[in-house]
Amino acid sequence: MTSVAEKTTSSPGTEARPARTARSIAWARRAPLMPALIFMIIVTQLPFVATLVISFMDWNAYYPDEIGFAGFDNFKRVFTDVNMRDAVLTTIYLTAGVVIISLLLGLGIALLLDRKFSGRGFVRTMMIAPFLVVPVAAALLWKHALYNPEYGLFNGAITWVWKLFGSDNPPQPDWISNMPLWAVIFALVWQWTPFMMLILLAGLQGRPLDVVEAARIDGANSWQIFRSMTLPHLRQYLELGALLGSIYIVQNFDAVFTITSGGLGTANLPYTIYQIFYQAHDYGRASAAAVIVVLGTIIIATFALRTVSSLFKQEANR
Amino acid sequence: MSAVVASVPKKKDRGGPWLSLLAWVVGILFVLPVLWMVLTSFHSEEDAATNPPAVFAPLTLDGYREFFSGGASPWPPLLNSLTASVVSTILVLLLCFPAAYALSIKPVRKWTDVLFFFLSTKMLPIVAGLLPLYLFAQKAGLLDNIWLLIVFYTSMNLPIAVWMMRSFLSEVPVEMLEAASVDGAGLTKTLRSVIAPVVMPGIAATALICFIFSWNELLFARVLTATVAETAPVFLTSFVTSQGLFLAQLCAAAFVVSLPVLVAGFAAQDKLVQGLSLGSVK
Repeated sequence: MTSVAEKTTSSPGTEARPARTARSIAWARRAPLMPALIFMIIVTQLPFVATLVISFMDWNAYYPDEIGFAGFDNFKRVFTDVNMRDAVLTTIYLTAGVVIISLLLGLGIALLLDRKFSGRGFVRTMMIAPFLVVPVAAALLWKHALYNPEYGLFNGAITWVWKLFGSDNPPQPDWISNMPLWAVIFALVWQWTPFMMLILLAGLQGRPLDVVEAARIDGANSWQIFRSMTLPHLRQYLELGALLGSIYIVQNFDAVFTITSGGLGTANLPYTIYQIFYQAHDYGRASAAAVIVVLGTIIIATFALRTVSSLFKQEANR
Repeated sequence: MSAVVASVPKKKDRGGPWLSLLAWVVGILFVLPVLWMVLTSFHSEEDAATNPPAVFAPLTLDGYREFFSGGASPWPPLLNSLTASVVSTILVLLLCFPAAYALSIKPVRKWTDVLFFFLSTKMLPIVAGLLPLYLFAQKAGLLDNIWLLIVFYTSMNLPIAVWMMRSFLSEVPVEMLEAASVDGAGLTKTLRSVIAPVVMPGIAATALICFIFSWNELLFARVLTATVAETAPVFLTSFVTSQGLFLAQLCAAAFVVSLPVLVAGFAAQDKLVQGLSLGSVK
């Protein structure tokens, strides 16, 4: 896929024109980009500058008379706060858990759906459904209709199966209290597996089949084909899924807010900052926490962007 | 593709029927919670709260009746969500199309840097921008105003849309553009008559993704709106704590709020894949 861009930039003659025309051409080219760029800088970059400023201020909405310069106090409080450290760990567990499990499940299901069988389109449609439920609605559904220890579907199904075998004493675990973080992770895995599956399935279907065919004729078995041909081909799709999934799940608020309300050790960074700001009204501390999160994200995002960037160059050079 | 598959020797596909069965079982397991939600929404509150589940209980519309007219009306939040999603999607399309044009067809210098700037804004945690926006809205008297959400949703979806649109626009054959410029067509004419028809599917995919993400958003809507501009996901959060027998009503609410996304997503499954992969999968 050679993009049009390369062809246009490498077209000869552009450099030979007089300077003024070249400059006006450059501006004519830039003009369509400007509205979007300026809009993004105002709406996304300015607030971060403001966050940075507020993070050095003593500012709690409950004490409006005590607004002033705080130096690094807010940062000290954030770094020494046990809740913040827990929130960082929770965010890592939650994101890694959801991304890895849904990527592996998605890969398995994509491989299953890459075969021809009757009702394939229908199974694919069924698989997509979880992703199309509004996240809050999905979290509510898991919390009340599935996990609930008294009338949830999980314990209901256990009762039903135990009755089938003549037992009147089925185990009725309280899923959310027993394994709060896993309860959130499973609900999110259910929603994100279809996402991973769709991307990987599209990758599988873009595989050059004649090469696979040739390998099969040469006597390669399915595992060998998967290991040495399918997996390398899927690498960029796996990376894309992991990257996009991480971007969204690191920021997850809906599931944590709905299923556990941040309790039982499930408060991740977005929820913790939301709480400091929305409930404690400690603007200075919330901003300091936000600044630290942004710095952490920049470090991680640099690596992620490098990955995308290398993929991107491969694509451009092809 | 069917020809290639057919030519594979039969004996290689030994586990065939079992794998097909497995695919069906997995598909049913994944859709089961959604089906359970729909079924429960048509049960009475008493039947919804039984253990073991009363699968074949008589159907009723009580859950929906209770949801629509029991307490606070869900119509204003649903309309707010619709306004915020549709208007922000239109704004995103208006902004992203020219930008993507300047990043693919007639690229500015360092166009990859610009592209990665857009993606990087997506990686910054939105919660970090929440407080200044809240304070700004408070000062400007824009709290609980749907337009604030529209502007924010536009910025939330614009990077994704720029990436998607760029990927679609780079598929436009360069010969067609040259032919148009020889004919003396200006920028707007080129955009409208040469590029738009080729990338219409891309626009549809972008619009679908932007609509879904705006419709689903909770955090900002919760912080920046109250009673007037409340959106449907915020309305749903009133179900977070259990309130006696309320499961049928909850399932009805969850289903009604998810319905637009379910309909749009099922109707445009292929667009969904294109959109989710930022246009890199076609």
